[in-house]
Amino acid sequence: MKYVRLVLANLGRHKWRTFLTTAGIALALFLFASLRTVVTTIAATAQWGGARRLVTLNATGIVFPLPLNYAERLRAIPGVTGVTWANWFGGRYGDNKRFFGQFAVDAESYLAMYPEMSVPDDQREAFFREKGSAIVGRRLLDVFGWKVGQDVTIQGTIFPGDWTFTVRGVYTPTDKVLNDDMMIFRHDFFDEKIGRAGIAGWYVVQIDDPDHAGRIAKAIDDLFRNSSSPTKTGTEQAFNASFATMWGNVSLLMGTIGLAVVFAILMVTANAMMMSSRERTREVAVLKSIGFPDRVLFGVVMAEAAVITLIGAAVGLGVAKVLYQAANFNAAGFLPGFSVTTGTLVLGAGIALLLMLASGLVPAIQAARQPIIVALRRVE
Amino acid sequence: MKIPVLYNVRSVLQRPLSTAFTALGIGLVVAVFIGMLALATGFRTALTSTGSMDNAMVLRRGADSELSSGVGREQARIIAASAHIAAGSDGRPIVSPEVYVLIPLPRPADTTAVANVVVRGISASAWEVRTNVQVTEGRKFESGRSEVCIGQRIAGRFEHTGVGETLRFAGRDWTVVCHFTATGSAFESEIWGGNEELMPVLRGDVFQSITFRLKDAAAFPDAKRVLEADQRLGVDVHRESEFYAAQSQLLDRILRILAYLVTTIMAVGAVFGAVNTMYAAVSSRSSEIAVLLTLGFRPRSVLASFLLESAIIAAVGGVIGGLLALPINGIVTSTTNWSSFSEVAFSFRVTPSLLLSGFLFAVVMGVVGGFLPARRAARIPVVQALR
Repeated sequence: MKYVRLVLANLGRHKWRTFLTTAGIALALFLFASLRTVVTTIAATAQWGGARRLVTLNATGIVFPLPLNYAERLRAIPGVTGVTWANWFGGRYGDNKRFFGQFAVDAESYLAMYPEMSVPDDQREAFFREKGSAIVGRRLLDVFGWKVGQDVTIQGTIFPGDWTFTVRGVYTPTDKVLNDDMMIFRHDFFDEKIGRAGIAGWYVVQIDDPDHAGRIAKAIDDLFRNSSSPTKTGTEQAFNASFATMWGNVSLLMGTIGLAVVFAILMVTANAMMMSSRERTREVAVLKSIGFPDRVLFGVVMAEAAVITLIGAAVGLGVAKVLYQAANFNAAGFLPGFSVTTGTLVLGAGIALLLMLASGLVPAIQAARQPIIVALRRVE
Repeated sequence: MKIPVLYNVRSVLQRPLSTAFTALGIGLVVAVFIGMLALATGFRTALTSTGSMDNAMVLRRGADSELSSGVGREQARIIAASAHIAAGSDGRPIVSPEVYVLIPLPRPADTTAVANVVVRGISASAWEVRTNVQVTEGRKFESGRSEVCIGQRIAGRFEHTGVGETLRFAGRDWTVVCHFTATGSAFESEIWGGNEELMPVLRGDVFQSITFRLKDAAAFPDAKRVLEADQRLGVDVHRESEFYAAQSQLLDRILRILAYLVTTIMAVGAVFGAVNTMYAAVSSRSSEIAVLLTLGFRPRSVLASFLLESAIIAAVGGVIGGLLALPINGIVTSTTNWSSFSEVAFSFRVTPSLLLSGFLFAVVMGVVGGFLPARRAARIPVVQALR
């Protein structure tokens, strides 16, 4: 511990350099954490799905609807304990700068299917009572300044015209992977307004046991195989995963950039450490001649590298963790549940250790091995 | 008087490792900058080159994509009779009422994952409407048959897409009879078939869009006004080029914001590196600088000289960055265009102007990073430094 003062003195010699190097590392790890969180968030969405929920789509493609009368037939399949359905509405609100999803849903069965969407009981009742009502995600209140009881008008793009809904409730997701900026309204209202009852975008089927998923999915598809609209049924997780794959190579892209960031900062840090050690060659020789052992000098240089990299990393990772949490960031609805994971923090700390070794080792060994005579003789 | 550039070049070469590290740090920033913008540019180019200035596209009023549009047969007939449509060699109007749907195709790498691919049902005139489309292999499909043509970008990436093979979708088998290119545009990510063959098996008796060649490209506003005013139609008329440009906007904007955000943060880190390097250079050469000042060089010249040195290091970094980014030019990647929900394949485009902006970006980083150290150099107290 008695060498702490020496390390501090070395750090304090070029205050600017120490500060800039530390700040550079902090920025790099902040960026690294941000990029990696994009990847982990997409992966988390792909993993998400109720174990007891299946999704039934039209086999021809997601844009093709299914007849509404499939609901009764789905319910009759052994092992099915609940059925609900929804339709993508695809409307625009205001200037359409901020997009959010709207869904027409079968009110009671939908909320029963998704206990993750927590709605206060009185608001739930109001939604069930009033046909033109809607429930919106908590975030939408913040984004648009809506209030419960307010009328909101959406322009339909698929279903033309102005659609006015009364916000009767607010849901809060209990699982943060679930988007908190959706709007749901009643399917019976939707049918009434488009004047043709009987289409569902997709069905969500609740089953008695996750182990029966494969069997029940097959039973559903077999049932409708020869009908006008054959179906394709899979687990909810598979359904979400197929959305995640639509991002294409985003994960690879983020990984590559992350690597470039780490390398760029390695250059900067290693350079700064080497500059410091070069300037002190003579000093190290003096310390040696007055009796400092080699391993102490090695340790002092390594400690200096450690202080710079570890403080930088702690600041960068800490800010990333706190900032995204505090700002409730979700990339305008594209990345729900955006939060720096523990895994990312550990990985970031690992990178900081590597940076420390990579930038400190060469100067430290040099300092330890430097023959006194050579160092003292060297002319600046 | 100016200090010769040679002085800086020699000084830089005196400490090769430190210079190389700094330049490489800046180079990586520039490479990421160019790479990310090449992605955005490639995507935008693919979509903007899809539409033509000479074509008009009719969608149902309020629809912001072909997917959400619907135009009935009766309306299609009225539109096809419009006086603004150019006539083809056979004297018939060059117009294509089209069916547009997305179908899931399993990805070859992982068959549980699917991509939403566009299937477009076209009229026989469509090949005349889209002059950028060229059949590269096979022949055009014939009406009345279950035949399709496949865009070049899909052809290799999904199974059963070779000419002569049978592709199954919408509960029916379709023979692939040709592949086509469309100058790298989004059409190359589509499957084309006859509109009359596709309509009954897909979305029923309705078209999604009607595209026609304008008799006079300059008369577009006139055509738009007439068609949109027609009470029987209830449609919006877009210039085809503008429609596709608008389709690229959302993703293009996301990619660009991301590129600027990431590179700004990286650039700050790299500038810190440059500042460090230059401060070290100034302090190790303080006696040299003092000599220069004693010889009669003005402090202003010293400042300029050190700024120049920093800029030279950064410029080297800029060149390195450009070289690092260059190999990604032309690499094909794909993503979902969230505006149309369809998968679009496109290639990275490293354009000369991107390389130039990357280089300038590097020089700016160098100048910014060199300023404070250069100022210190100019203000060095001569007597102290010489002692």
